[in-house]
Amino acid sequence: MANEPLLSMHGIDKRFGLAPALVGAHLDVLPGEVMALIGQNGAGKSTMIKVLNGFVKHDAGTIQFEGKPWAAASPEVAQRAGISTIFQEINLIPFRSVVENIYLGREIRNRAGFLRWRQMTIAAKTLLDEFGIAIDVEAPLGHYSTAIQQMVAIARAVSFNARLVIMDESTSSLDDHEVQVLFATIRRLKQQGVAVIFVSHKLDELYAVCDRVTVMRDGRTVAVASMAEMNKLQLVATMLGRDLAEVRKQGATAFSASARPPGAEVLAVENLAVGRRVTNASLNVRRGEIVGLAGLLGSGRTETARAIFGADARGGGEIRLNGKPVTFTEPHDAIASGIGFCSEDRKQEGIIPGMSVRENMTLALLPALSRSGLVDEARQRKIVERFIADIGIKCSSPDQPIRELSGGNQQKVLLARWLCMNPELLIFDEPTRGIDVGAKAEIQKLIRRLADDGLGVLMISSELEEIVEGADRTFVLRDGRTVSTFDRAEASEATLMDAMAHGTAA
Amino acid sequence: MSLDSSTTVATGGTAGLRPPGGAPPATGFRIGLAARRLGALIALAVLILLNLAITPHFATMQTLSVNLTQICTIVIVGVGMTLVIATGGIDLSVGSLMAISGALAPGFFTGALFHGGNLYVNIGFGIVIPVMVAGLFGLFNGWLVSSFRIQPIIATLILFIAGRGIAQVWTNGDLQVFKAPEFQAIALGHVLGVPFQVWIMLVFVIAAAWMLRKTVFGRQLLAVGGNEPAARLAGVPVKRVKRLVYVISGLCSGVAGLIVIAMNSAADANLIGMGVELDAIAAVAVGGTLLSGGRATVVGTLIGALIIQLVRYTLLANGVPDAAALIAKAALIVLAVWLQRQERA
Repeated sequence: MANEPLLSMHGIDKRFGLAPALVGAHLDVLPGEVMALIGQNGAGKSTMIKVLNGFVKHDAGTIQFEGKPWAAASPEVAQRAGISTIFQEINLIPFRSVVENIYLGREIRNRAGFLRWRQMTIAAKTLLDEFGIAIDVEAPLGHYSTAIQQMVAIARAVSFNARLVIMDESTSSLDDHEVQVLFATIRRLKQQGVAVIFVSHKLDELYAVCDRVTVMRDGRTVAVASMAEMNKLQLVATMLGRDLAEVRKQGATAFSASARPPGAEVLAVENLAVGRRVTNASLNVRRGEIVGLAGLLGSGRTETARAIFGADARGGGEIRLNGKPVTFTEPHDAIASGIGFCSEDRKQEGIIPGMSVRENMTLALLPALSRSGLVDEARQRKIVERFIADIGIKCSSPDQPIRELSGGNQQKVLLARWLCMNPELLIFDEPTRGIDVGAKAEIQKLIRRLADDGLGVLMISSELEEIVEGADRTFVLRDGRTVSTFDRAEASEATLMDAMAHGTAA
Repeated sequence: MSLDSSTTVATGGTAGLRPPGGAPPATGFRIGLAARRLGALIALAVLILLNLAITPHFATMQTLSVNLTQICTIVIVGVGMTLVIATGGIDLSVGSLMAISGALAPGFFTGALFHGGNLYVNIGFGIVIPVMVAGLFGLFNGWLVSSFRIQPIIATLILFIAGRGIAQVWTNGDLQVFKAPEFQAIALGHVLGVPFQVWIMLVFVIAAAWMLRKTVFGRQLLAVGGNEPAARLAGVPVKRVKRLVYVISGLCSGVAGLIVIAMNSAADANLIGMGVELDAIAAVAVGGTLLSGGRATVVGTLIGALIIQLVRYTLLANGVPDAAALIAKAALIVLAVWLQRQERA
């Protein structure tokens, strides 16, 4: 009985348009087991969860739950049938009371259709007591901490008679103590025979609470093992698709080594703190060098970059530009000081989709391109044409809307947006994400050329080879702290992975 | 008015703005797009032709004057509204700001409140001060929207309610009747046979269309409406841009308020600009500006207002009661919104 899997997903295929998101993926969960589901961005774990809870429909494959074929039309249906999902962003209603949230959508009514408040309140109290949570259930949910809200979401799930609870990045907004409370809840679920699928990027947490792990990469299930059998390094290597034995292989990127020794320091960051994600990050960038910023998802790389650029407020620490301490309250200020930033999310934070290539490229330059507020269109056209030719942007004309361009060409336009400003420091967050191989090599070459011309480059990348081959020096972040620094000679995929997995601050 | 050069101040990819060399990637698609973009203009042409055929005395200067003066204040307010909507906002306070400006002005140009020594100095104060005050109230709107991130519809609701109250308190709720032909010339005077207020309206439309197309501010405004986080990361001073569009909207309302009282020889704080916010939004929508922001056409707003006015005029001139004309107006808005949806799909 105990060996009979509670859930068994096999040969799951799913395509979004032309891009395959899942390719024959599989996932088995035993009753009362806590299964870790891990993988990089785009590995397919969220798609897998969405297929399971009925958010999207899979193209091929079989799903069995409690020995019966499983087909949920929506997360609501899945919840009623025994599989509940606790999302990262709690999808309950903060302004309504805890009771209302627990009974949302299946309120207890009397015959006339009126609500039975007393009965619901008592039942909600009893339910939360089981989890050791004593709170005023009539207070609005939003009054309580994120952890409590998450417990309420879990309690709600269990009250649906859930036999499988999926937790998607549930701990990312919790502090250490709250995480412990959540873990206690998970262990309690386990005792009650409820199985849990636990998605997290924090490896320590997986070891603390999970029994087994399923690793996904590129839409496939690449490993299933018990947590005890796999150490952190093996986990990271599997996740990134690196064979530990043959880490030393030929260059896979278009990066070449730096042509010249680096110049003076452009940027220095010391003991930076940003929100919850970054607690103590330090790094520096010199002219003419590419500095890599590595770390697992959620290690605080993007947050660090955004704080340097003035896009998010910093909680502590110091940032110096050319030796002078600076405080940027808006990206505008950072740009005026000669910093550019290419966001990892081109669509949401990069392009203005309806605007032309020309307008997108010169958006940051506009104030400098104008006399008394009037755009100098002749100069604008000249600059745009020069960059289109210079970095090989493929578009039918500078007036083509940028949304019609391929990802690689959009990225080049955004790159040109900063290059035409003549910056001193450029920050790239995942410069080649979602870009086809050819354009990827072009952009990598371009970044090297820019550094050779004296630009300071800070490059965040999840692709280890990009860091190992591209960066002259690399800083590794782990859980919001800088844990290691490597020179080009010292950096290898093995050393980086080691630092990303269990580096501790020096 | 040529659509090719000045009408559509879109953020790119308009059929009219393509350089002669750039071959359209998909001709059928471009033609369809152009037809939708030109839809408002075609509708206007059809309406005019229809009226020429069925409405008596349509092709007269008087008919033209009547119809144009009917839309002047709506279009002037609509110009500011277009810019606000282009950033993804909305301004409900325009009618109340008109009332404030209209209620303030008589005290200055009649010399009752402050005497500048000379009639024309008084009129100067009577124009500049009310318009500036309306602009300052607009700044208040912009401050709420940009610095406190209050949803524009709520932020401007504050002055929608309070603004008219301020105007009424200022005038003790009294009707101010006056006779000031020199001041009233802004509405009643004629230049080349066309009412002076129509010229004012045209100046606003042309200036705003030019501003959107040629200035840094115009491009930044459309960038904010097109993708605010991206605009911010590209160094666009998002807060300043937002504040400024509400100031412009306030200034436009101030001018419109003056025209209303000049036409009526009286300032009634209870009535000036009543309901104009909805007429202006309707004109913007029918004119083809995207209500979600990022694409705007000021000339479209003028055309939108003309269409709404002409539909009403056609029905009235042909014996249909005004109540029914309201239904026709609503139908037009539904049609315009539907067209916008088609374009997005």
